[in-house]
Amino acid sequence: MSDMQDMEKTESEEQIARIAAEMRLANDGLSDQDKAYFCDARPQAVEPYRGIMEKFANWARSQSLWILGFGTGCGAIELRPLMTSRFDMYRYGIQPRPTPRQSSVFVIGGYASVKTVKRIVRSYEQMQGPKFVLGLGSCTVNGGMYWDSYNTINRIDYYIPVDVYITGCMPRPEALLAGFNRLKQMIREGRCEGMNTYAENFDWYKANQKQIIKDWNMPDYNW
Amino acid sequence: MNSISAAASAGTGSGSGTGTETGTGTGLSGERFPVRERFPVWKDKFSLVSSMIQRQDLAFVQVPMQTTVAFITHLRDLEGYAHLVFFTAIDYIEDGIFRLTYMLHNYRRHHDLGVQVDIPREDAGMESIHHLWPHGATYQRELKEMYGIDFPGSPGVDESFVLEGWHDIPPMRREFDTKEYSEKTYYPRPGRVTYDPTEYMKEKLYPSEAETW
Amino acid sequence: MNAILTKALYTLISLFVITNYGLLLGGTMARVRAKVQGRIGQPVWQPYLDILKNNFKRTGIYHGVMFYLGPVFRLAGGLGTYLFIPAVYGSAVFSNFSFSGDLLLVMYFIFFGQLGMALGAGQSGHPYSPLGVSRGLAQMTAFEVPFALAVIAVASQHQTLSITELVAAQQGGILNWVAFTNPLAMIAGMISFLGMTMGNPFSVVIAPQEIPIGPPTEMQSSFLGMLQTNRAIFQGAKLVLFMNLFFGGATNIVSMVVKTFLIYLYTVVVGASFPRFRTDQSIRFFLGVPTLIGIAAVVIQML
Repeated sequence: MSDMQDMEKTESEEQIARIAAEMRLANDGLSDQDKAYFCDARPQAVEPYRGIMEKFANWARSQSLWILGFGTGCGAIELRPLMTSRFDMYRYGIQPRPTPRQSSVFVIGGYASVKTVKRIVRSYEQMQGPKFVLGLGSCTVNGGMYWDSYNTINRIDYYIPVDVYITGCMPRPEALLAGFNRLKQMIREGRCEGMNTYAENFDWYKANQKQIIKDWNMPDYNW
Repeated sequence: MNSISAAASAGTGSGSGTGTETGTGTGLSGERFPVRERFPVWKDKFSLVSSMIQRQDLAFVQVPMQTTVAFITHLRDLEGYAHLVFFTAIDYIEDGIFRLTYMLHNYRRHHDLGVQVDIPREDAGMESIHHLWPHGATYQRELKEMYGIDFPGSPGVDESFVLEGWHDIPPMRREFDTKEYSEKTYYPRPGRVTYDPTEYMKEKLYPSEAETW
Repeated sequence: MNAILTKALYTLISLFVITNYGLLLGGTMARVRAKVQGRIGQPVWQPYLDILKNNFKRTGIYHGVMFYLGPVFRLAGGLGTYLFIPAVYGSAVFSNFSFSGDLLLVMYFIFFGQLGMALGAGQSGHPYSPLGVSRGLAQMTAFEVPFALAVIAVASQHQTLSITELVAAQQGGILNWVAFTNPLAMIAGMISFLGMTMGNPFSVVIAPQEIPIGPPTEMQSSFLGMLQTNRAIFQGAKLVLFMNLFFGGATNIVSMVVKTFLIYLYTVVVGASFPRFRTDQSIRFFLGVPTLIGIAAVVIQML
């Protein structure tokens, strides 16, 4: 009996998976010429490894954080001192990387406007998972001192999943290092599955993004 | 009249503006542009509305819409104000006008002259100055986007400049309520509290600092 | 048959050792560089963690067959370079396949990886990748000139192109090293070595952290992990090659480690002391004094 149920369940799950795989993104914002350049498949949640393997992988991930600094606002100015001799983030295994493809931590440096959130979303989607997001400064939490502006995003976590927020205006580099160490701890505990959250709640995130980005002229999911 | 230059408008042409007293053509002040002597000439030619000497190196004149571009061209070509420092607008919603300010700079005399012109808020539009300074087009593009002031003929004036895909009324117009718009659009995070800084510092942080306020 | 299996086993051991040695050497030198800058620096084992992390990535983007083959070619270039050089002279395990290849083959392999990488990077479609590749190839062509001249000088000095025979000719005392018997060739070779390691004065090709450019711009996940592994092997191979050419090779693994460490340290010291050249500057540099020194070395041999 239970076997039957299991079989039915797996069948329906397979069906759902098949339907999900067949669901193509519209990419309506693109011209016909550009459509060929971009994939129209939805992002899929990736099952983590099980047991000790995932723990080991998470440990390696936490020890090698390559950051993609996104200097949207004034907060990014606190990112530079981290590289200097005084704060020396390299000793924690943190390095800057120039391209979203290679980096694993996305640091949102300060307030984001509608114009920059477009770029944030594209950069975030280009990163290869597992990827982590660090909101730097009060502006990423609730808009900070620009909260009632006509173009300042109040909550960055409505558009991409955020793992750790570092409050302050500006947070000192020490606070940033503390934030990185908190992120490391969370990665080791396996609590940073932002990429899967994004894939599972893809429609919600896209709806939020499209609500503020009125001229959607980019692919719906940017590999 | 209204706000800034209202007080100064009385002194038009008489050479006794309410601004700082300027020298009489000797020493350092002699290197500045003799605006005071030029005011009557300009008034005859371009029918200035008002004028004001703000500082030794800064003066404002107000001209009607019709003669503005002719006046600016005259300043640029004949009076040496060859540099457009900035071009901006102020929204006087109470008077139903936008006040445009063309800030010009004379390199030889190191003198700034602000040319102000009031234009009606309804169907706001102004002659373009992109033919005088190419970068004027950029300012006009921004004014079109932020205030909705049209500059027909200015290159790219209808393209978006800073905002992308803005569909509401131009955000720098004062009838636009940014707070309401922000709350409607950007999911404000609950829990924001506003404290009076003086009271808050008194009870929380630095009692001694608050005394000095 | 048995001999082949033994050789295969020895090769694997040799590769394993050089990979780990290259990785640890890279980590150590990053630490040395950090000390120069007054920092603590990353842990010595950081390269392992980076490679692990990259290989544990859950997703990866590929852009076509050549994109897959690019890192493979690069790795083949690294392996080929290493496997035709005797790492330890006279050792059964670490002499690799040096009996079957000579200096010219090794020089070809040094170039080969970069060419393969160019194909892979080209298919990624990223405009910065070909830019980085063209910079890399231009610089490589430039430093090959003094290097080739140094090799010609050394080869004509000892009348052989076989690396094993070159090492054999340098045995029997420190004064038999090419560094002392043919100092001009050594100088030209060691200057071109700076370009070959892509250390600081000539690091504009990769410059991974300052400017978003370079051949691996679009490489991610395990592609990047593979490139990093290859970097360690390639680095070890180049160090061993220069040790063999100019510094008398090594008769045991300890002297190999000491000598290669010192050669690497020399590039790090130069790198920590000098700012970065632009590509055109580095080309002009390599085609200037180092080339003249190389020509002088060859001419002296001919006389």
